[in-house]
Amino acid sequence: MNAASGIDRRAFLVKVAAASGALTLGFDVTQAAAGRAPEITAWIVIQPDDTVIIRVARSEMGQGTLTALPMLVAEELECDWSKVTVEFPRPDENLRRNRIWGDFSTGGSRSIRNSQEPLRKAGATARDMLIAAAAARWGVAANECRARNSVITHGPSGRTLTFGKVATAAAKIAPPTEVTLKDPAQWRLLGTPVRRLDVTDKVMGKPIYGIDVNLPGMLHAALMQCPVFKGTLKSVDESGIAAMRGVQKVVKLKDAVAVVAETWWLAKKALDALRIEWDDGGNGTTSGDSIRDFLLGGLAAGEAGIGRTDGNLAEGFANAAQRIEADYSVPFLAHATMEPQNCTVHVTGNTAEIWVPTQNGEAAMASAAHTLGISSQNVRVHKTMLGGGFGRRGATQDFVPLAVLIAKEVDRPVKVVWSREEDIRHDYYRPVAMARMSAALDAAGMPRAWHVRMTGNSIWSTLMPTALRGGVDRQFQEGFLADMPYDIPHYLADYAIRNTHVPVGFWRCVNHTQNCFFRESFIDEMAHAAGVDPLEYRRRLIGRHRHAKKFLAVLNAAADRAGWNTPAAPQTYRGLAVNEAYGTFVAAVAEASVGADGTVRTPRIVVALDPGTIVNPLTAEMQSESAVVFGLTAALYGEITIKDGRVEQSNFDNYRMLRLAEMPKVETVLAPSGGFWAGCGEPPVAVVAPALCNAIFAATGKRIRSLPLKNHDLRKV
Amino acid sequence: MISLTINGQSHNVDVEPDTPLLWAIRENVGLTGTKYGCGVAQCGSCTVHVDGVAMRSCAVPASAAIGKRITTIEGLAENGVLHKVQKAWVDHEVPQCGYCQSGMIMAVAALLKDKPKPTDADINSAITNICRCGTFQQVREAIHAAASA
Repeated sequence: MNAASGIDRRAFLVKVAAASGALTLGFDVTQAAAGRAPEITAWIVIQPDDTVIIRVARSEMGQGTLTALPMLVAEELECDWSKVTVEFPRPDENLRRNRIWGDFSTGGSRSIRNSQEPLRKAGATARDMLIAAAAARWGVAANECRARNSVITHGPSGRTLTFGKVATAAAKIAPPTEVTLKDPAQWRLLGTPVRRLDVTDKVMGKPIYGIDVNLPGMLHAALMQCPVFKGTLKSVDESGIAAMRGVQKVVKLKDAVAVVAETWWLAKKALDALRIEWDDGGNGTTSGDSIRDFLLGGLAAGEAGIGRTDGNLAEGFANAAQRIEADYSVPFLAHATMEPQNCTVHVTGNTAEIWVPTQNGEAAMASAAHTLGISSQNVRVHKTMLGGGFGRRGATQDFVPLAVLIAKEVDRPVKVVWSREEDIRHDYYRPVAMARMSAALDAAGMPRAWHVRMTGNSIWSTLMPTALRGGVDRQFQEGFLADMPYDIPHYLADYAIRNTHVPVGFWRCVNHTQNCFFRESFIDEMAHAAGVDPLEYRRRLIGRHRHAKKFLAVLNAAADRAGWNTPAAPQTYRGLAVNEAYGTFVAAVAEASVGADGTVRTPRIVVALDPGTIVNPLTAEMQSESAVVFGLTAALYGEITIKDGRVEQSNFDNYRMLRLAEMPKVETVLAPSGGFWAGCGEPPVAVVAPALCNAIFAATGKRIRSLPLKNHDLRKV
Repeated sequence: MISLTINGQSHNVDVEPDTPLLWAIRENVGLTGTKYGCGVAQCGSCTVHVDGVAMRSCAVPASAAIGKRITTIEGLAENGVLHKVQKAWVDHEVPQCGYCQSGMIMAVAALLKDKPKPTDADINSAITNICRCGTFQQVREAIHAAASA
């Protein structure tokens, strides 16, 4: 019971959870503690009725972790999958228990990669404990018993006990110090298509996303941040809202204004009626042109951080049969999660409670604590469902400090919700970037030398400068370093950092989204200059890379499925691209046609994907489709532009999204080669733009060197 | 104070008449299955039925819905039985993050009422909702499945 507000929040939450199923709120381990069996390990609770509760530390934002991660536990636990339910432990519980659930951050396609071992071990540990408890009850040796489908059987006597019957006893047994994990050949659940656990709730509108949080006594806030990044608030004239109903307070922050009101709609109306003056902080004249000039300087700069160098570039260029050069560029991109950013906060004295759709609950907790100058121990964090993430809700938790600062001014819980306009104009954008390519081809048309000069806005140097090594941002050059699949005798990849005043961040598949476009398009240029088929050219160039086999396998799988060597439909042309991101190998073949009026159509995109091991082929395939849409939307339309220091776009009418009518037929070839674990959420994003642009080149002879495609006139002349 | 009939229940709602129906439903009535996505009738996350017609409730003043039957995602299933669109959505595992799906499902339910056997072209022109997770391939398959259910 919170004395100050009279809110018994725990009772409230339990009531909601009980009424509509655990997924409906974001479920805290402690909330439903009453009537619980003791946990067997921190990950697993088994109830007397055999219900298996599996805890999921990572966030669910559509990618299917809520189903795939429990599968990893269940495989080793040998439980009946139909009895599995899930819950999210709270970040503050994790802190209190010495991070027993490990890392909560959800990004970089790492949920499965980094969770698979601890989760499989947790399942195996609990299984051994359950077997030990049953063996003790029967007075037999544990090695005479086995578990299968939530039932423990004593081999010699045929006696059985269900997990629920021995769970309480198992919880008291010391966990084994070592467990043996199954050989993948023995898996029964992993690698099979398993239906998502959250679908039925989602078709009924039941899940509670951050924006749906509703607490007794809660107020609502709408905010406006300084339209020019890094600017500050000068003054607010509140006279226009004096008579407006429901308004509780105007909160003035260093670089933002918020109105707190009885409903968000009333808050928004009042916010719009304020007369606000801003200090643009000196960035009020920055524009697309000035940013472009700044980056062109980076392309020509004498100094640049070297990411990779092989051979001797000058020597490579010296005896070239042919030299080709090209500049490429991409714009800023907003994440535009369907659920706008939001965060609900209740500050009471030196404690705070927050409800937030976040990809990183622990970072949200730390951010709230830091903002209030209190210990993380005093912050309780409830993770809700996420209406999309795509990196917007991960490394940057900007919505937390803003909501905390607003809530600090109010004696009640406050839900702060970004309008769509605010969400588009205050993102941490996919960086603007350019690449200058110079290559020397030999008499056979194969590259002897290649210089890749990159420039643009570094994420690492602005968000996590400690990641730089000797001033070099290697992440910005991903795809051009050791992960570059081609053999080039004389090679240099370097990067001149050019940071603008626009905040940048991690956007699904991050720097691969531009770099794969740059690299795979330019390889296509080389193939064309050599007069060699683009597939054949790549096959010849992928020779000595340590992962050559994997690159070739996905390339061939995509080409085979697409029928690369057979004619496409009339007026339809093909392009391809290959890449490695986050340990996953991926290739795509796009089929495109370009109408006489310049309209680009993409009837079909084939993706071949090797993440090593696939946990749930059903969600893996859907992630591939999802990634294709994400990449295709950006390739066709995605562009955030800057004028007068601020973002020009504001909503979906000027920041266009792909819709159903434009959806290609996506065919995904899942080609796990085994022996490693990687992710599926991001990698296919990057191959879409180059595959499509290479298809457009095949169709029109026009080489696309900048995105989005909407800015190109592809009409037949 | 205006009176709104939502999912067969009458609610007295204390809002200005120009308050968008979306916010009256979400904040005043407390039904949060209907989502805010854009506020300018672009994305369709807020789609509800008003007298059986799919409307983007962010762009409909609450006063315009007085005396009409409003159905939200919470009222689509009848007597605990999922609507055929919801059923097809489950069978085809359509939702990913799920945020836009309430609006998507409401739009499709209205389409199937108008056109029980929609062609791909019908679907393309009627279903213009935005889904950032890119569930469109499953959406199309599920629509055809619901149409033949």
